[in-house]
Amino acid sequence: MANIAVRDRAAFATTSRPRGSAREFFRQKSTVAFFFTLPLILLIAILVIYPAFYSVYLAMLSKRMDRFVGWSNFTFLFTRETFWMVVKQSCIFAITAVIFKAIIGFIVAHLVHAIPNEGQRKWRGMLLVPWVIPPALSTLAWLWLFDPSYSAFNYVIVALGGDPIPWTGHALWARFSVILVNIWIGAPFFMIMYLAALKSVPAELYEVAAIDGATWLQKLWYITLPMMRNIIAITTLFSLIVTFANFDIVRILTAGGPIDQTHVFATWAFKLGIEGGDIPLGASISLFMVPILTVAAIFILRDINKRGERI
Amino acid sequence: MATTALSSPAASGAAAAPEGAMVGGDRKWALRWAYFFLCLFAAFALMPPLYMLITGLKKSSEISAATNPWWVYHPTLGNFVELLTSRAFQIFFLNSSIVAVLVVAITMAISIPAAFALSRMKFWGSGILATGVFLTYLIPETLLFIPLFKMFATFRDWTGIELINRWYVLLLLYPTLTVPFATWIMIGYFASIPRELDEAALIDGASWTQTLTKIFVPVALPGIIAATIFAFTVAWAQFLYPLAFTTSEDQLVLSVGIATTLIRADVFNWGQIMAGALLGAAPPLIIYAFLMDYYIAGLTAGATKG
Repeated sequence: MANIAVRDRAAFATTSRPRGSAREFFRQKSTVAFFFTLPLILLIAILVIYPAFYSVYLAMLSKRMDRFVGWSNFTFLFTRETFWMVVKQSCIFAITAVIFKAIIGFIVAHLVHAIPNEGQRKWRGMLLVPWVIPPALSTLAWLWLFDPSYSAFNYVIVALGGDPIPWTGHALWARFSVILVNIWIGAPFFMIMYLAALKSVPAELYEVAAIDGATWLQKLWYITLPMMRNIIAITTLFSLIVTFANFDIVRILTAGGPIDQTHVFATWAFKLGIEGGDIPLGASISLFMVPILTVAAIFILRDINKRGERI
Repeated sequence: MATTALSSPAASGAAAAPEGAMVGGDRKWALRWAYFFLCLFAAFALMPPLYMLITGLKKSSEISAATNPWWVYHPTLGNFVELLTSRAFQIFFLNSSIVAVLVVAITMAISIPAAFALSRMKFWGSGILATGVFLTYLIPETLLFIPLFKMFATFRDWTGIELINRWYVLLLLYPTLTVPFATWIMIGYFASIPRELDEAALIDGASWTQTLTKIFVPVALPGIIAATIFAFTVAWAQFLYPLAFTTSEDQLVLSVGIATTLIRADVFNWGQIMAGALLGAAPPLIIYAFLMDYYIAGLTAGATKG
């Protein structure tokens, strides 16, 4: 006790020394905090926030970037049929994929949760593998599985007496294929999140419900879903952002084809902006992702804060 | 007590009430169905990587002969050997490794102090900054690659320093993906450390930096490992940035190198592509196999506030 008091006095003595000493300045809390966060602030400001606004400016330039043209890039896009196709396809792609990822993740999480604890680790480990492999590389495997002439799926289908399927050759099937691959990669993420949520539901709730004679559907509806509500919302919204902005899968599997039918915003922006050399047009295309991303981000933030308050 | 516990399974088998036996039977069947469907889902999950291996073990002659694609009749490691001894593939691997390791180092150097300051040193704007970090994490790279591309081109015109088509440009780009998330999960981990710990250190005369390096880093090591794994995986798997920013063969990283240089020809060299994809997937898979719990901790930490 006395010791602390002495130290305190010593500390007081040092802080009351005349300011201006550099050593003192660097020990102050605000100074230290400033230097600790400075690299983070610089990184975000220069490489995230600045380019985000810069892309709005870029989107208002002419193709050769020598003239300011206002909104005409956007109005030009509105007149193009491909643009509306991309809008539609991006929405179909993201919404369908997220719904199926959420449902499959939910079912698989319940299956893993249903088996004895000792075995869960092993199954969880196997089921998460699609999420661990770099998407660009696993999509290559899918590309080969969907190969027009050597498709391993078609081999099975033909062996069973069916007709070969044009997995990436026909617009409808190509749309199905990119969604399927996205589900394959993303469903494990939902599974892991839901499994963590399931584990946090107190077992007593189910016991009480069982005593009251609740059916499994009632247990699901009145206990599991309300308890998992927040995690379901956050995971779904987060996945919606990632899926909506997806690039790797479509780029490798179909490169937007056949005839631009599977392009999403990111791949079309890449095709026109980087490959086609029309940076302003590419920037304006990718900006169309912002509204949906903003809405999703607002909801995520709300849910996360709510979660923080409850804990 | 112990005897009853031991004898109860036998009792339930022989002389339990009929109702109890039926429930037990139901449970057993429910479990069997659970295993059945788990097997189906696991087969779906593991089929593509397995198919990578099957094809990777085949010679191109066997692939073009269109025999049963799900079986290898003449397995050979030729594709793997050929890739591992090919100069181009070695460069891809080396580039990927250097980039991933340096990105991890940069990420940690930025995130650890920042997360410490944001979770412990309340200062003006710290709450807004923490939220801002999380929002940055939600901005996808597909929104930023075009303006960044133009920025680096302008940067070259101004300073003469070429960044486009150099592997080290990725060291600037990847932290925008890794730092926000790493900082975010580390704020959570740091927040779970009891305040008494750092208060005691500060009273004993430790500086803020000492408190961070001597107390927080050792205590929050699990969180730091989770963030490290995350940063490494992201850096290893990223595809859009290297595809847009690097083109010369000696500047490519693995993900782009395999997808662009090996598929270039009309005759698809699928045995080699699949072998390459498998080799490229190996480092994250190995890390995952050994550090699964940290991996999953990092994954689930993203949606939870500490």
